[in-house]
Amino acid sequence: MEAESVPAVSLTGVYHAYGKSVALRHLDLSVPSGSRLAVVGPDGVGKSTLLGLIAGVRRIQRGSVHVLEGDMASASHRTKAAPRIAYMPQGLGRNLYPTLSVFENIDFFARLYSQAEGYRRQRIERLLQVTGLTPFAGRPAGKLSGGMKQKLGLCCALVHDPDLLVLDEPTTGVDPLSRRQFWTLIARIQAERPAMTVIVATAYMEEAGDFDRIVAMDDGAIIADGTRSDLLARTGADSLEQAYTELQRPDRRGPRVTPSFPSLEPDGGPPAIVAEDLTMRFGDFIAVDHVSFRIQRGEIFGFLGSNGCGKTTTMKMLTGLLPATEGHAQLLGKPVDARDITTRMRIGYVSQSFSLYEELSVRGNLELHGRLCGIGGKELAERVEEALRRFELAGVAATSPDALPLGMRQRLQLAAACLHRPDVLILDEPTSGVDPAARNRFWSLLVEMSRRDRVTIFISTHFMNEAERCDRVSLMHAGRVLAVGTPRELQAERGAHSLEDAFISYLEESAPTDRGTGSADAVEPFAETSSPRHETAALVPGGSLWMSLKRIWTFAHREALEVARDRIRLAFALLGPLLLMAAFGYGISFDIEGLRYAVLDRDQSRESRLFLDQFSNSRYFVEQSGLNDELEVDRRLRSGELTFAVDVPPGFGRDLLQGRRPEVGFWVDGGNTFPAETARAYILGAVQTYAAGFARQSGRTEGPFAAAVMVEPRFRYNQDFRSVFAITPGSMMLLLIIFPAMLTALGVVREKEMGSIANVYASPATVGEYLLGKQLPYVAIGILSYVSLLLFAGAVLGVVPKGSLLALSVAALVYVFAATAFGLLVSAFVSTQVAAIFGTAILTAMTAAHYSGFLVPASSHEGPGRIMGLAFPSLWFQTVSLGVFAKGLDAKAFIGEIAVLLGFALAFLLVARLSIRKQET
Amino acid sequence: MRRWMENTFRLGIKEFASLSRDVVMVVLIVYVFTFAVYSEATAMRTDVNGASVAVIDDDRSTLSGRIRDALQPPYFRAPVEVDRSQLDALMDKGAFAFILDIPRGLEADLLAGRAPTIQVNVDATGISQAGAGTAYIEEIIARETASFLKRGSETTALPVRPVIRAMFNPNLEAISFTASMGVINNVTILAIILVGAAVMREREHGTIEHLLVMPVRASEIVAAKIWANGFVVLLAAAFSLHVVVAIALGATIVGSVELFLAGTAIYLFAVTSLGIMLATVANSMPQFALLSIPVFVVMFLLSGSFTPFESMPRFLQLVMDLSPSTHYVRFAQSVLYRGADVEVVWPDLLTMVGLGVAFVGVALFRFKVMLAQQS
Repeated sequence: MEAESVPAVSLTGVYHAYGKSVALRHLDLSVPSGSRLAVVGPDGVGKSTLLGLIAGVRRIQRGSVHVLEGDMASASHRTKAAPRIAYMPQGLGRNLYPTLSVFENIDFFARLYSQAEGYRRQRIERLLQVTGLTPFAGRPAGKLSGGMKQKLGLCCALVHDPDLLVLDEPTTGVDPLSRRQFWTLIARIQAERPAMTVIVATAYMEEAGDFDRIVAMDDGAIIADGTRSDLLARTGADSLEQAYTELQRPDRRGPRVTPSFPSLEPDGGPPAIVAEDLTMRFGDFIAVDHVSFRIQRGEIFGFLGSNGCGKTTTMKMLTGLLPATEGHAQLLGKPVDARDITTRMRIGYVSQSFSLYEELSVRGNLELHGRLCGIGGKELAERVEEALRRFELAGVAATSPDALPLGMRQRLQLAAACLHRPDVLILDEPTSGVDPAARNRFWSLLVEMSRRDRVTIFISTHFMNEAERCDRVSLMHAGRVLAVGTPRELQAERGAHSLEDAFISYLEESAPTDRGTGSADAVEPFAETSSPRHETAALVPGGSLWMSLKRIWTFAHREALEVARDRIRLAFALLGPLLLMAAFGYGISFDIEGLRYAVLDRDQSRESRLFLDQFSNSRYFVEQSGLNDELEVDRRLRSGELTFAVDVPPGFGRDLLQGRRPEVGFWVDGGNTFPAETARAYILGAVQTYAAGFARQSGRTEGPFAAAVMVEPRFRYNQDFRSVFAITPGSMMLLLIIFPAMLTALGVVREKEMGSIANVYASPATVGEYLLGKQLPYVAIGILSYVSLLLFAGAVLGVVPKGSLLALSVAALVYVFAATAFGLLVSAFVSTQVAAIFGTAILTAMTAAHYSGFLVPASSHEGPGRIMGLAFPSLWFQTVSLGVFAKGLDAKAFIGEIAVLLGFALAFLLVARLSIRKQET
Repeated sequence: MRRWMENTFRLGIKEFASLSRDVVMVVLIVYVFTFAVYSEATAMRTDVNGASVAVIDDDRSTLSGRIRDALQPPYFRAPVEVDRSQLDALMDKGAFAFILDIPRGLEADLLAGRAPTIQVNVDATGISQAGAGTAYIEEIIARETASFLKRGSETTALPVRPVIRAMFNPNLEAISFTASMGVINNVTILAIILVGAAVMREREHGTIEHLLVMPVRASEIVAAKIWANGFVVLLAAAFSLHVVVAIALGATIVGSVELFLAGTAIYLFAVTSLGIMLATVANSMPQFALLSIPVFVVMFLLSGSFTPFESMPRFLQLVMDLSPSTHYVRFAQSVLYRGADVEVVWPDLLTMVGLGVAFVGVALFRFKVMLAQQS
């Protein structure tokens, strides 16, 4: 255990900027070991940057960051410290793997920290029990509600007994009950492990109040630092939220909204929203169970409920996005109909996750939204300006949303939803992650819209102080509405002294079993099993080969699980190559027969007919109806009907007999060069045969036909000259690069897009381990594919390797290794999945099909194509494949090729490794 | 209707913004329509062009020297003289496509009327060259022998003089064929992936769902994707054809480029629709990626741009008739090489429109199913 005097975290003069915008300006902070610190502040003031620097996932720009007795600028210290730090990034379960189950997710993290099997299992069971996730251990993470995802994220962070716990807004979007359980859990863990330091960023002021120390940030600097009572005393406020608002720069504060505002006066008109027995079933699962309510025009109707209780589904049914299984809904007096465009013009909708365009700027998004709602010209410009001002987005108007913090993104969504001045606003947790001051201003807007413009507002929220401002609230749980009424009524009915208590009491009453386990009744001490930890921890920093192999295996294991979950993808990966090999085997053929031709016989003599018989009797040619004039020759060749036309001149027979060697014209369609060349060769052959026959008949034994040089072609490796023998080895070369490369191409970039790459940043694993681990399952798929192609070629196409099967198999293994490495390389370079797919498709398919000897012998290539062929693994594998299949060579012949292939594989991996940084900027 | 047009236009403009932000993607597009087309046209030839030849000359006579010298560019590279002991090893390595084996006493035997034999070793795994190349070699040997026997006088070998003229492409230059087929293949791959992945991306990010709550129809989203991405590809193809193929490669295009581009626009409608359809069938980006491979690989290898369509088995031809690329390749070959006009190519154009409409129909239907599944 560390000495209490040494701070766990100490920052001096830390400065961080993203381009021109400064996130942290010369910040100093020291956090004693074993203390609990809450960081509060508006969106975009640098909280996340600060936490990222402390956790070591962000590169330090200026200043020094010392964490756990070491400098975080040094890579070796980061590797050493990583197993002792747990970092949970912002966003609902962004770092989880959605197709893996709850258990598998935690298990992955535990393996990453090299925990022994038995210990790991015990510990996971423990964590699941404490967080109440045990009943859901087998459920895929992607199907969990937001709160459960956050709890799972915490389990993943806690699985390796960290000394420093860094949580970035861990309870954003989590319902009050889950939130309470979450903090109880953290408190208990800390009580048992007093040396653990906890640093949390949060938007919930009430939560921050429970911490030893609160640091308020604004504009990249610390504006207040102290305990809850310090802050209250300093500002003279009676709640932390108020104190916080007071601390801010005056221009940020915005209007103070008192919970009391003019109560709604019913106008006697029809209700704006009506739901009657709305029900939604997904298979066996009932997401929404006979929900009914009526919302008056101008009413603010709050929708509360635990995570995953069906709020979002209900809202989607009201918008028409989801057709209800049963029951019906009315909006503004009309039944909800997805095709009704005019009603949609009157609705504003904010979805739970960000659903505007990352690729457009803030202003661009608003303008697009306005235009799609039919606003244009000057009015649009005015409204966009107004929205930017109202929602305080003017400063970031030109920024794209992906560079903005969560809270600002939410504000942008709100701004868009209000832009076209809708009559009904359907808002699905619009304020999750938004800072208190901005929430305040947002609510004053809502109140204004509701009371002045009589806009009906249907809003779901997890903030109780927001729920208190609603005219009426509805409590929902497990698909059913538990209670509807004004906040005051509900509170009175439960005899609770706050709405939150009332809410929790309703929930606990309705479902005492499945939720209660997480709270205080888990009596066993949590840290009981933590003793073996020191042994495992002692092993980790050494980074021995064994540990490294274990981590590679951990990544491979996880990737394999993900692949196994996606059966469709696996099927595509294995069946696609077989399908294509069959298509190539039967389809690609250079065996040209039946060339269509027609004759313009202007002689019509016996001699001309004899000459022409030479063509009509050949299996290479198929005669079409005769030609009448030269115009027809041109027309029919142009339309592609004929490959060539024969023009026999008048007087052919006479000239021939007189030995005047008449000319015969052949018009060949030269557009497509391959058939044209072939036709030319066949025509010459036919004429020669004719000449030989003519010579024999006319009894001329003199001349070249009597004594000529005979030519004896020896078609080697493919005596019957059948395309399938030449195509199949090439198909194998082509398919074994395209598919494996495409499988890995999305690997890295997808994790970047989805956010789970953060796990790699924060873990003790190196990028090399990560890449290798990711690659292994796909190498296995590639090998499986190779075996199936080999069997298919032999059994169905009748193409059997004549040479060394061992050489072919070894080459295939190395080739697949190189192909998957190439996919990873593309993935590391591109920034979007679209570019990854296109890049891989173009680079592998084009190079393999064109420059690697697939259809044209590589030896006849020249210029850049030759170089491209040599610089890609396909050409080298093609030599082996062709050599073994067609030429029957033995293993010795291919040692060089296999070595080159191995070189490619290692080079691709190395470049990929170098182009991924282990830290964000 | 006006709203429909307006929304489609607006959403399309947004596509440009998305694309221009993805620098790697833009670089890739530029690459495939310039450098890739160029290198493909210069390196990838299905005609006999620069085939590598070696000669084993055991005769060392005037005749054998003549035959050797007659193997010349453009069909063959200057022959390399090798020793008989190397023959098998060289063939095994694939170092040469043809090796001529001229026996000792060739000239003497010929003059004595003993009909000597030259053996031509052909690497028959290079099927595209083997047949035609052998025919050329036979022709060259026959010609040289005849001219040798006449001691340089005018040859009167054949009783008829075949005059073979290649229409539309007199020198049977493969460059214009390969280059424009390269452009066509790039169009196919790019159109499917660009549009399909764009739709998939919007599905994964939830933006499509958001649009559908707004006064926007699914058909507007689909139409916007088609026109905007199609436009980008069309521009790239036009540039490639005008600048890279016509100027940089100096290939002659016989037919009307305008008609070709009009047909390309129709084709793009069909393939972008296909891309959208694939994106609505797959459930995630990795699935889409794998699903698209067989589609575009089959489309570019079996539609007649690589190997003659007529050489395929009948049933495969029927299957490939369902692919817009088959009709496009046929259309493009007619227009670009044979200068055909609308009268000749309209059936293919119409078929492409029909296929495109069918794909859009399926895509729109799947759109609804997909939205209901997502939640």
